[in-house]
Amino acid sequence: MKNKMKRKGPVLAMAGPVSIWMILFVTLPMLFIIYISFMSRGTFGGVVYEFSTESYTTLLSTVYFKVIIKSLKVATLTTITCLVLGYPFAYFIARKPREVASKYITLIMIPFWTNSLMRLNAWLLLFQTSGPVNNFLVETGISSEPITFVYTDGLVALGLVTSMLPFAVLPMYSSIEKLNKSLLEASADLGANPKKTFKNITLPLTFPGIFSAIILTFIPSLGIYTVTDMLGGGKVLYIGNIIKNQFGVIRNWPLGSALSVLLIIITGLLIFVYTRFAKVDELEVV
Amino acid sequence: MKEPIVRLINVDKVFGTNTVIKDMNLDIYKGEFLTLLGPSGCGKTTTLRMIAGFETTSAGTITVEDENIHDKEPYERDVNTVFQSYALFPHMTVFDNVAYGLTIKKVPKLEKKEKVMEMLLLVQLVGYEKRKPDELSGGQKQRVAIARALINNPKVLLLDEPLGALDLKLRKQMQVELKRLQKKLGITFIYVTHDQEEALTMSDRIAVINEGIIEQLSNPQDLYEHPETKFVAGFIGESNIFDGKVYEINGEELKIETNSGLCAAYGKNYIVGENVNIAVRPEHINYSKTPTEEVSLKGRIRDFTYVGNFVKTAVVMEDGKEIKISRFEMDNQLQEDDQLFINWNPTKAVVIRANEK
Ligand SMILES: Nc1ncnc2c1ncn2[C@@H]1O[C@H](COP(=O)(O)OP(=O)(O)OP(=O)(O)O)[C@@H](O)[C@H]1O
Ligand SMILES: [Mg+2]
Repeated sequence: MKNKMKRKGPVLAMAGPVSIWMILFVTLPMLFIIYISFMSRGTFGGVVYEFSTESYTTLLSTVYFKVIIKSLKVATLTTITCLVLGYPFAYFIARKPREVASKYITLIMIPFWTNSLMRLNAWLLLFQTSGPVNNFLVETGISSEPITFVYTDGLVALGLVTSMLPFAVLPMYSSIEKLNKSLLEASADLGANPKKTFKNITLPLTFPGIFSAIILTFIPSLGIYTVTDMLGGGKVLYIGNIIKNQFGVIRNWPLGSALSVLLIIITGLLIFVYTRFAKVDELEVV
Repeated sequence: MKEPIVRLINVDKVFGTNTVIKDMNLDIYKGEFLTLLGPSGCGKTTTLRMIAGFETTSAGTITVEDENIHDKEPYERDVNTVFQSYALFPHMTVFDNVAYGLTIKKVPKLEKKEKVMEMLLLVQLVGYEKRKPDELSGGQKQRVAIARALINNPKVLLLDEPLGALDLKLRKQMQVELKRLQKKLGITFIYVTHDQEEALTMSDRIAVINEGIIEQLSNPQDLYEHPETKFVAGFIGESNIFDGKVYEINGEELKIETNSGLCAAYGKNYIVGENVNIAVRPEHINYSKTPTEEVSLKGRIRDFTYVGNFVKTAVVMEDGKEIKISRFEMDNQLQEDDQLFINWNPTKAVVIRANEK
């Protein structure tokens, strides 16, 4: 017990300067967004500073509600896919010697060095009706005619997964890598086969990494609009594009803000759950 | 009749190009406390890990109760390990740690609880079952590790320097406790340590390992009194070791020529001119200020060291070799730089053939 108290001291001390930074760049803008979300919309866009809950009633209307649910669904699917693909990969790298592992990490990071719009365009080119993928499918006879991939949910999901996968792999890698191998040997020694060892030891002990991965993929998948805009062709609506459109195109700032507040609440909930599960000093910071 | 439970037969272990265990043969008897003793890097852990199944043998066979265990996975072997770093599961309570082996076997809850409490009683940790490992002291963690390894009723318990991380006092106390536990349960212990005192106090038999080879396998007393190799003589306790040649043989009485002078010892089956080592314990060296006997080596006192309950006198021989004499009390007649003649009762000197190893 005493031990834990001691550990919180330095954490708080370090949080001092950080909190000033946080207040300036996170809390204040956030409060401003909440404030705007309760204002009215001007006739020609912008904000009229009169209290109104109109944005929130709009938000709960069926059209928006459907979009929100769909966005949550896609984000959940993306997250699950990233976990399912990312965990074995992270495990595989973490079991390699360090030098080899760092090479794999570099490979994962390479996409970050290219512009994301370029990356997304590359997907479009690959999957367009006369693109290499369709050519291959038709020529090998797998499909009799080109398949429409472009601007479908499927392609959006592919884009999301490929953009988010590194964020899932890195925290999971770091917690698997930290896992003391003698614990796995102890488990085997006591009669647990690899499956049981994984379930009883590896999984619970790498849970902080998994949860970081969830947060790091789920939240951006909800908010990111470049992927949905480009690969969904703007036809398929997600919460991210809508927020962007409210601010940029339709200029309904209060509604955009209200949507943002919703995102913030979802994020907050997730982080709340996370901190309940993991102790402060186990938080994975990548 | 002693019956081997674990047998290592011509076992080799190679890592890359490095042969770590060389043609090891070792029978471990049912119910005995056998210690693998040797300097760091000599292959003690590797030997244990091969028995536990975490390393494969490069050549040779290991059997447990006459069954070749080569193809058995660690989780299929009836041996359990107490790891040097304890390796307690940090996310589980003491109870769940100890219960782990039974949980894996799906033992019914009530029976499990009963056995866990029995184990905790055995290692004197009743009342700690709800704690997490990071809320325990080193000694308590050690006990949890032991209880956890014992709950499966292993045929053999492997212990890799289980007391290495404890302070001296606690280590001594745990040594006694472990030894009692082993006697009470009658389980075979294969114990690894590089602490010779620990090995001497706890073991039924000790295998001294040097660079992957068993130098000597015997009971603690024989090991101390009759070291068979120069390495063992130097490693177990303290010895003054002289290199020499057999100079004269008179029945079993040998005269041996060393660089420090002629000295005496007993031994059988030696021939004149043969290279030998003589090892004499510091407490067995006699001294006088004037030459008294025929074989008496001359030296000069370098310094005195107080080691708690005895005094060590360092003497430099004429050829520059330093030897140690130990006594329970300081001799007031002696001073640094005094000339000193030393000798010993030939029965106290151990002759070791030098050609081996
Ligand atoms: N996985 C491995 N790969 C390569 N070499 C290894 C490996 N494990 C051990 N070794 C080498 O084998 C030799 C024996 O190691 P081992 O761990 O058995 O020593 P030890 O007797 O237990 O020493 P200590 O008292 O320091 O624990 C050492 O030289 C070590 O470097
Ligand atoms: Mg070791």
